[in-house]
Amino acid sequence: MSAPAITMDVRRIGDDVAVVDIKGEVTAACEPMLMSAYEAASDGRTNRLVLNFEGLEYMNSGGIGMLVTLLVRANRQRQQLSAYGLSEHYREIFELTRLDEAITIYDNEESALNGVVK
Amino acid sequence: MTETAGPDRVRSTEQIGLSAREAAATPVPNATQAAGPRNAAQAAGPRDAASWARKVDRLEVDPRAGVRGTNVAGRRLTGPVQGFGKMWQKTYRMNAGSQIQPEVAIATWRQHFPEFWPKGNRFAGALTGINPGDVALLDLAIGGGVKLSTGVFVLYADAESFTLMTPQGHMFAGWITFSAEREGPEMGGETIVQALVLMRANDPLYEVAMTFGGHRKEDKFWAATLTALGERLGLPDPKVETKSVCVDTKRQWRHANNIWQNSMIRSVMQTLTFRRNKQAT
Repeated sequence: MSAPAITMDVRRIGDDVAVVDIKGEVTAACEPMLMSAYEAASDGRTNRLVLNFEGLEYMNSGGIGMLVTLLVRANRQRQQLSAYGLSEHYREIFELTRLDEAITIYDNEESALNGVVK
Repeated sequence: MTETAGPDRVRSTEQIGLSAREAAATPVPNATQAAGPRNAAQAAGPRDAASWARKVDRLEVDPRAGVRGTNVAGRRLTGPVQGFGKMWQKTYRMNAGSQIQPEVAIATWRQHFPEFWPKGNRFAGALTGINPGDVALLDLAIGGGVKLSTGVFVLYADAESFTLMTPQGHMFAGWITFSAEREGPEMGGETIVQALVLMRANDPLYEVAMTFGGHRKEDKFWAATLTALGERLGLPDPKVETKSVCVDTKRQWRHANNIWQNSMIRSVMQTLTFRRNKQAT
């Protein structure tokens, strides 16, 4: 499997919220990296996990499958999963795959942190 | 990579700044026509734009010869989020050796997809093969002379992989990704061809059916499909490895009423009605 062309950085916002900044290509190959980012973001206090897709350059169907796996893990820990920064193209893919019914999509970080859908 | 000379000199992928993935993602023959509407978007938008289907709310289908074609039109797509049962990730892998290139394996699979299905099952797709946005109609043998009529939607397709997504009423809610890639020393090793199913049984009845034989039947189905592909690719003795992982043991009871769309119940009723009408005439 090829090395994934992606970076994932975790930022903590307060005690219970973590943001994962995703930059590059989301494919099945980056699953270990995403799960490591998830581990770093989940320290027992985190109840909201926000995925920042502003730097998303490419995503295939393997990438969508990986997000479902992440969603299952977050649900198991009773964490709420949300996303922002999706371009119109990727927002349509979330809607097509009906992933938007489980991962709330926000326009920007501010609304994601405030939990306000615009 | 070599440079090609000709009347209009063509530059190598390195010279025109394409990544290996972009070079590999060139659509297979016959894929360009159906994916046409997305090609304009690709020029200005993300480079995966041509590979994804356009958004649809409900499926539309045209009649196809050789299948009943019921239980698909007007249905919504369902992913693992919308399913009822435990969530499974099933992987079927076949080593295609070092001689077969991944792009060749996927192009063959996309172009001749129905031909690899086990006997008794019908896949009526577009004549041009598997392309994003296509809806294929299926008749699946479930025993007792009954065919389960359902369908699949082509969610994604590029030169390295393609993904099918299921509609309401299908046995499971989820998607199946077919892919091929090089594995092994410095990626120049052997080509691994794979089908990966991410699914939940769509309703309580299907969950029972999957538990008591359905999973085993599905494993046989995809192993037989991969074996047939391997034989077409010229492999002397294709071997398929199967791995099943239960990703989520919880059942989503809020989706239990998916049973109202159950295509198996509807197919049995449609078959009985058809037989009764035939006897009456």
